[in-house]
Amino acid sequence: MSRPALHRQAFPPNRGKQAILSALIVYLVYAVLALDVSMARIVTGIGNAAHFFDRMFPPNTDPSKLALIWDGMKQSLQIAILSTVVGLSLSLPIGLISARNIAPAWLGGPARVLVMICRSFHPLIVAILFVKAVGFGVLAGALALVVATVGFVAKLFAEIVEEISPKQVEAVRATGASTLSVLLIGVLPQVLPRFAGLSAYQLDSNLRNSTIVGIVGGGGIGAMLFTASQRFDYDVVLTIILIIIATIMTLEFVTARIRKILL
Amino acid sequence: MTPDTMAPPPAAILRFDRLVKAYEPGKPVLDGITLDITRPGIVAIIGPSGTGKSTLIRCVNRLTDPTGGRILLEGEDITTVRGSNLRRVRRRIGMVFQEYNLVERLSVIENVLSGRLGYMPFFKVLLRRYSDEDIARAFELLEAVGLDPAFANRRASQLSGGQRQRVGIARAIMQNPSLVLADEPTSSLDPRTSVEIMELMVEIGRKRDIPILINMHDVGLARRYADRIIGMDRGKVVFDGPPEDITADHLNRIYGGEGWQ
Repeated sequence: MSRPALHRQAFPPNRGKQAILSALIVYLVYAVLALDVSMARIVTGIGNAAHFFDRMFPPNTDPSKLALIWDGMKQSLQIAILSTVVGLSLSLPIGLISARNIAPAWLGGPARVLVMICRSFHPLIVAILFVKAVGFGVLAGALALVVATVGFVAKLFAEIVEEISPKQVEAVRATGASTLSVLLIGVLPQVLPRFAGLSAYQLDSNLRNSTIVGIVGGGGIGAMLFTASQRFDYDVVLTIILIIIATIMTLEFVTARIRKILL
Repeated sequence: MTPDTMAPPPAAILRFDRLVKAYEPGKPVLDGITLDITRPGIVAIIGPSGTGKSTLIRCVNRLTDPTGGRILLEGEDITTVRGSNLRRVRRRIGMVFQEYNLVERLSVIENVLSGRLGYMPFFKVLLRRYSDEDIARAFELLEAVGLDPAFANRRASQLSGGQRQRVGIARAIMQNPSLVLADEPTSSLDPRTSVEIMELMVEIGRKRDIPILINMHDVGLARRYADRIIGMDRGKVVFDGPPEDITADHLNRIYGGEGWQ
């Protein structure tokens, strides 16, 4: 008796994947056409940019301006550090609770919804809301970035916690440790290094965002950048940009050093 | 001593009474296990994979909850204890795992000290306030299991398999347990290290006068080191006796067929 011919395929076609890819390509073509991207526009654009750069040089180094800009930068730093510290202290417990392998559903569900809400708005939109709620200034910006920090760090931290080795946790539980002790000894050592990594990233991210919440009234150097560009003071704009770059690079250097010592 | 002044026979240290565990209804993994562990020493549970050895051991400290029957630890019914009572039961039972299950990122000494967690309130754990006696004992235990104290501050992840299992044993003993469970403690180790670990277990069981319940599938090791062998097959006990009583017939029954030898 001959065996029926087996239909063998090492890589069976995935119709769903093909459909999604084709749809994506069709949309890209449509979008490029709809945006009316033309050579002429790009050429004028480059011309405008050249003119803009020309007016930026040399950067404005008037001491009184510099003092003002530095004040703004200090505010931005305050926003960044404050929001990172507060946001991280909230993210640690919220992230733990959101992890499906740690907390029961009645606790984890609401936590995940909270994180989702924090994630769903851009920091600028949240900043607008807080400016309306608590008035112009550093507090509004810092609160907005706390929300952004929770939205990002708590979510990724929950995913990290979901990947831990259950064996190590089980062994600690088997010693008769209480739930909180199990978290502290069995779970946290497995995830803290990666939480520290997330924290360093979020500090960088908050630094960058703290320079921009000022545009909507959230305090910091962003407000100055916005005003300067509205008034076509491009030399001041350049000074501000250079100060932002220098500050962020310095802080990245510092955080990298801190990470090296801690981890 | 005359017979009438003799105390009644001591309660078993551990008693399984018609224990049943079914992960799926109608398909019991443990099918009415009744056993008494009355004496210190090594009790080896042998049997093929999937026969319920691990489940049996894990029911004792309730990492797995039994479906029916009872488990008594030193006369106390622990089948359904919960919350802080369960934790008080667990701290009396040490456990050694196949893959050591150390907290990899913690130091060796802290892994040993974690055997005390069941005795400590949370704030002390938070501040790592282990008592001086505990710390002194943890160092003694490191030596007792054959580890150089120089290892104390290394991360557990830096140790070899055999060394990690020694730390796992020290952690279990740190609990001052009335009973030690070991789930395939040598299955991830090479033959020579396996022998060393078994010898260590025997020594500890003797010195501390506690029973050690070990799951294993290496019949040779079981025969060599156990004081009592329990053979399991498909959720039932099919042999229970001293190692010298186990015959090729028993083994064929336990492992099914002769091809395994």
